[in-house]
Amino acid sequence: MQINISKSQAFWQGAKVVFTLQGLMLSGAMIGFAGFAVEVGLSRFEAVLMAGMIWALPSQLILIGSIFAGAALPATFLAVALSAIRLMPMTAALVPEIKNPKTPTWLLLILSHFVAITAWVYSMDKTRELPRDVRVSFFAGAGGCIWAFNTAVIGISYGIVSDLPLMAIGALFFLTPVYFLMTLWRSARDYSIYIAMVIGLILGPVFAQIWPEIDILLAGVVGGSLSTLIYVLIERNKGENP
Amino acid sequence: MTYFSSDAWYWPIIYIGIAGWIATDMWRWFGVIAGNRLKEGSLALLWVRATATSLVAAVIAKLILQPTGALSEFNIYLRIFAVAAGFAAFQMTGKRIVVGCGVALLVLLVGNWALNFQ
Repeated sequence: MQINISKSQAFWQGAKVVFTLQGLMLSGAMIGFAGFAVEVGLSRFEAVLMAGMIWALPSQLILIGSIFAGAALPATFLAVALSAIRLMPMTAALVPEIKNPKTPTWLLLILSHFVAITAWVYSMDKTRELPRDVRVSFFAGAGGCIWAFNTAVIGISYGIVSDLPLMAIGALFFLTPVYFLMTLWRSARDYSIYIAMVIGLILGPVFAQIWPEIDILLAGVVGGSLSTLIYVLIERNKGENP
Repeated sequence: MTYFSSDAWYWPIIYIGIAGWIATDMWRWFGVIAGNRLKEGSLALLWVRATATSLVAAVIAKLILQPTGALSEFNIYLRIFAVAAGFAAFQMTGKRIVVGCGVALLVLLVGNWALNFQ
């Protein structure tokens, strides 16, 4: 069903993601990140800068790990880049969903900074119900607001959570993969996503044992190809034997 | 060339800018360029979406099985069991994320308390 809404209405509708359960869960993980930053000895400015510039929690943790391992800039660049490859197919899958023929590429390049799991899942899920000309506005609201809000959350919670016990930080970090798992599962529009998820969950740990440097990338490409193949074969079979 | 090799005030900004911002945003930019060429309903888009999903699923598995930092304080089997319990609760309540996350967290904390109970 298509509804008629203006671009600014779509923007604020997207912004609501900040106060959904997934949004608040992310804020919890960001408070955990602020606590972790205090723990390892980063300044408030550094913590905010990292989160704002990277905007992908696993990559932020890898950057910190590399910094304190005393890694040189090129080595850190490589480690962080390897951890962030998933952002490419995520962005590539989102762009055809939200753009319209008039959307300028420079706008998409700027907005792509806000591609991270929470806003991505939310937008992939919700923009389907919106007319095409307001979808970019919706994503700008969802991605931009959740970015701005949570970058601020890190800055504000930095001092306050300095005494957070290790177990509390651990519990907050635990919520991240748990809600990733459930939001991704719920947002699936057809069963090809279920196949891709199950295969990815299995292949990830398998490749982590065999080839840990590029395990995520391998799991993604092999898992994605395998699940596409399975999906196409099942659909073809359905077509031939209705 | 390490993070601590210069006292200049701008060095952390350059280091984080290159090894953090460019290292992550370059993938988002490649994604925009690739996504601009994908047609809705095409096989290529189906593959890209499946690959993105498998990648995220592998990240989820890694965050649970090989976490960096504080989460590694919890027993690995307890972490797996807590996720499984949370996911089961999520499925049984008509995919309610709040229930799934709540159950997973509760199992993790209670389980950890029980494991450390002397």
